[in-house]
Amino acid sequence: MIEKGYMRSRYLIDRSSRMLLLVCAFLSLVILAAIAVYTFRAALPAIREVGLWHFLFGEVWRPSDTPGEGRYGILPMIVGSVVVTAGALILAVPLGIGCAILLAEVAPQRVRQFLRPAVELLVGIPSVVYGLVGLVIVVPLVRRIEGPGLSVAAGIIVLAVMILPTIVSISEDSIRAVPKSHREGALALGATHWQTIWRVLLPGARSGIVASVVLAMGRAIGEAMAMIMVLGNAAVIPSSLFSPASTLAGTIAAEAPEASGVQRSALFAMSVVLFLLIIVINGVALIIMRRGSRAQGVC
Amino acid sequence: MTVKPSRGWILLALAGVLGLSLVLVGCGKQLSGSVTEGGSTTVQPLAQALADAFQLKHPDVAITIAGGGTAAGITGANDGTLDIGAASRDLKSGEPALVTHLLAKDGIGIITNPGNAVPGLTKAQVVSIFSGAITNWQDVGGVNHTIDVFVRESGSGTRTAFQDLVMGSENITSSALQQTSSGAIKQAVAGDHNAIGFESLAYVDSSIKALAIDGVAATEANAKDGIYPIVRPLYFLTKEQPTGLVKDFIDFCQSTEGQQIVAENGYIAVK
Amino acid sequence: MPRVSARLTQKLAVVGIWATGATTVLALLVIIGYTMYRGLPHIGWSFLTTAPKGGTSGAGGISTVIVSTLYLVGLTLLILVPLGVGAAVYLAEYAPDNRLTRFIRFGTEVLAGVPSIVFGMFGFAFLVIALHFHFSILSGALTLVCLLLPTLIRTSEEAIKAVPRSYREAALALGATRWQTTWRVTLPAAISGIATGVILCIGRAVGETAALYVTMGGTTALPTSLLSSGRTLALHVFYLATVTNNLDGAFATGVILIIVIVVANSITNWLSQRFRARMAGGT
Repeated sequence: MIEKGYMRSRYLIDRSSRMLLLVCAFLSLVILAAIAVYTFRAALPAIREVGLWHFLFGEVWRPSDTPGEGRYGILPMIVGSVVVTAGALILAVPLGIGCAILLAEVAPQRVRQFLRPAVELLVGIPSVVYGLVGLVIVVPLVRRIEGPGLSVAAGIIVLAVMILPTIVSISEDSIRAVPKSHREGALALGATHWQTIWRVLLPGARSGIVASVVLAMGRAIGEAMAMIMVLGNAAVIPSSLFSPASTLAGTIAAEAPEASGVQRSALFAMSVVLFLLIIVINGVALIIMRRGSRAQGVC
Repeated sequence: MTVKPSRGWILLALAGVLGLSLVLVGCGKQLSGSVTEGGSTTVQPLAQALADAFQLKHPDVAITIAGGGTAAGITGANDGTLDIGAASRDLKSGEPALVTHLLAKDGIGIITNPGNAVPGLTKAQVVSIFSGAITNWQDVGGVNHTIDVFVRESGSGTRTAFQDLVMGSENITSSALQQTSSGAIKQAVAGDHNAIGFESLAYVDSSIKALAIDGVAATEANAKDGIYPIVRPLYFLTKEQPTGLVKDFIDFCQSTEGQQIVAENGYIAVK
Repeated sequence: MPRVSARLTQKLAVVGIWATGATTVLALLVIIGYTMYRGLPHIGWSFLTTAPKGGTSGAGGISTVIVSTLYLVGLTLLILVPLGVGAAVYLAEYAPDNRLTRFIRFGTEVLAGVPSIVFGMFGFAFLVIALHFHFSILSGALTLVCLLLPTLIRTSEEAIKAVPRSYREAALALGATRWQTTWRVTLPAAISGIATGVILCIGRAVGETAALYVTMGGTTALPTSLLSSGRTLALHVFYLATVTNNLDGAFATGVILIIVIVVANSITNWLSQRFRARMAGGT
């Protein structure tokens, strides 16, 4: 019968489309697995040659074509990444949360209408533009104070400006999402506007704010090109804010196109370290978030 | 439900964008042959000049010149990514056995900022500075300020040549600032009064200054005559003996006409 | 006593908050303002239609760069959108709440946190070298697909979930199969939200540098096929800034990038407003 054939084809389409979609969904896992496996395997030769301890804590990074002569210690890059990211967060988080409060609570509508789209625009601007402005404006400024200008200070400033819009926009959304009743309750109890913000709204928006900081941190520690442009890429542990440094991501990007053999393998190992670092920091942030909300109790 | 229009609109826009770009491609020249070159950034401007001249003679050819560093040129030529790889040093044992075509010779200048009063250094001083033994300009006759040492990244032929010809067995200090191309080194040194770096002599212009080494001025003439101590060969590399268009281009580069272009661009002709 | 200090802190806080706002505006002005200031004078018809010269002069325009960017984004979307939306549809409509689904979501979340340079290294080793795609638009596009997949899945899933249940129920009540419902009712309703996600991905693709730096190569020539090398606008900014002296050209390219992002943001805002309005209409 015609109807039976029609029903069957619809049934087949339904079944097969479901399969197809499942395959699509699986893709993320497949890609993740592929990247993980490939990167790990590519990283092993270097770890085997150098030894895990000397790799992670060695202070000299000097790749060489001559076998046995290369030094592949990445401690300077680890320190560089952590210092620059931490510095950027120290600058950007207070500024960002403050600006978020401004946009959500304090600023008049006219200011908000101009500022919010501007912040959204800054979120989308590619990191090279930040690096370019950093190279042309920040580096000479730092050079005036001390050192070659290509420095930790320049890197921190550029990164801070880069992650600031992310923190502002997501934090503002979180603050706005706090139910009106919370605000009104606090104000009704006689709290000043600031007391309301500090003791009610911010804690209420806590998870969103922490999420924005985590996101910003991820972007900062993974940033490669802008760091190549302003940090100076010296493979040393920076001795001051004004000395040059290098980061994990920056070194990987700078040396990858030309690397081969042990050096290439070492760069893959650096990728693994970078990724693990991100996971660890994400985990710590999650723990802080959970402990915080437990202490808060039910609202 | 009138949803088709919006879905169709987006598809149409995407199709239009793709179509526009395809049209733009179609407006390009019809290629009858193409050559890809890449590798040493020292060789890059020279290769570009040679390619421009060659394409003027043969408008139906497209030669793409890329950078990436000597190491990239060697790997690219070896695995077929590039028709021609460019290297700014001799090949070492352990590297793939590629066919080398001598393009030019090039001196490596020790460059400083024009505002730096120091006129020259001895080779020993250069080694000490780049190895980190000397860290202040006043130890070599300059002002009292830390020396900012700039070097190329590890895959650079210029750096390897510098290491072999100048540093010898001494290592370059880890606290040297690394830049990813010859142009970047030039920019860095031009912007920093206390900077020192090394650079192909062909790149030297009024924004930087090349120091005299052991009393010998860093000029092209001195390099050509062999008095200036730091000179290295520039090569085009191919996987096997070149044929066809690649051979034509390399022959052109090594011909009198090509060598004239070499000299005009500040490199040392080898004919 | 407590009253006084509360008022004082209130005043100080307001000053402090406005100060942070002022700092942010300053940063904004410096970034966008300076880029425009240095870049705008150099933008003209010839800038957009002349090819850049390879080598270290950095002279010329950005015509081939624009074409490369269009090719790259086009190819990336061609592969990314079906895969990403497909995955989102599965997760939003079909996925049972079991361990497998949680595993898939976990994978997507983890993938979202991987830094772009790691995608680049993977693309470099796997696509460029192992699969012999060499430095090419294809390698770059496939790398971008991996990079952007989590983003598109997340935004599309949200868009699909936002479609009111009544739409689906009405279709099913009329006798449609699951697939027919999804294809003809839910997806079209979610299209604006999905388009928002797609445009977000376009913005990220155009601005991505690290992953493409190691997979696309950087030639300035006009790409003749998907296996040609090329450079995107963002990469061009990087090359101009570090290899050549043409900083003005770098800023000019930066201005083009900013314009692209502004356009993308505007379209996104307009689309999501339409989407919210339409969803609010249905119940």
